[in-house]
Amino acid sequence: MWGLLIGTTGAVIVSLIFNREKTWKGIKSGARMFINLLPPFITVLILVAFVLTLLPKEILIQLMGEEAGLTGFAIAAVLGSISLIPGFIAYPLSAILIKNGLGYPVIAVFITTLMMVGIVTLPLESKYFGWKAAVTRNLFSLTGALIIGVAIALLWKII
Amino acid sequence: MENNMKKCLFKHRWDLIIIGVFAVFIIISFAAGFDFGIRTVNNFIDSFIEMIVLIPLMFILIGLFDVWVPKEIVEKHIGKDSGIKGILWVVLLSMLQAGPLYGAFPVAYILWKKGASVRNIFIYIGAFSTLKIPMLSFEIGYLGLKFSLMRTLFTLPVFILIAVLMEKIFGKNFEIKQPDSDKKD
Repeated sequence: MWGLLIGTTGAVIVSLIFNREKTWKGIKSGARMFINLLPPFITVLILVAFVLTLLPKEILIQLMGEEAGLTGFAIAAVLGSISLIPGFIAYPLSAILIKNGLGYPVIAVFITTLMMVGIVTLPLESKYFGWKAAVTRNLFSLTGALIIGVAIALLWKII
Repeated sequence: MENNMKKCLFKHRWDLIIIGVFAVFIIISFAAGFDFGIRTVNNFIDSFIEMIVLIPLMFILIGLFDVWVPKEIVEKHIGKDSGIKGILWVVLLSMLQAGPLYGAFPVAYILWKKGASVRNIFIYIGAFSTLKIPMLSFEIGYLGLKFSLMRTLFTLPVFILIAVLMEKIFGKNFEIKQPDSDKKD
């Protein structure tokens, strides 16, 4: 948190020293992205707030917590594969889920499938690669995401 | 300017409606002492405060990143090299960009047209979807450096392997098409 504040301030100062105009342009484009993100971001927070109230912590942990094992991975993989959430929203959302008792490996599966597997975008992808290659790539990516989750689960406590 | 604002409001109309309804929900919940509502609102406020502090800082960083990084230089090298150097250029290019997975497909088509190998095209897609620097800054900010490093280190070999497999399966006659809707540009 403080690191980010110091890092950002430092970056702005260095950038200002080199080029005032470019810095202003960069900050403006960043602000524009932020304003564009705000409405969907707040919507997701609202939905998550409802889910967390309706679905008590114990049940969430039972379904996707460390004890849930592969069931949790499977749920995370399905959620990640079917949803279209930008990373800007997925990471804060993951942080909330971790605060509510989920483990990092499950989150890794969710994040990786979210980024590499796209069921909703499959028709679009097939227009570029053809159905066979698009489906194969998605299946490989899904398998890969589960492997990454297992690898992180095995190493998380050791390192 | 005013036109832009209208466009922005229209684009987010569903989100804005949900936010509006939620605002009414907050008022009613507190006025009526509705327990479920109050708990939900508290959940919302907790996560909102925690999240909203970091995000503007990150977008300033991303904006600066955007104006300072010369993508054109990297793009020039794509397609020329096919060995390890080619892979490095492809990964570098993908890390400098931003956007969702489906934003990678048009670039994949351009790479293919420029003569990049099937393997490098799929490495690009893997790297684009998981290693974008703006995204990594978000990941480190919210989930910590340990998680981000671990995920990145495991993901790298996985998508290189996927790319190698894709080339093995589809290599010889693989063709990337351009959907009709993009042909204009």
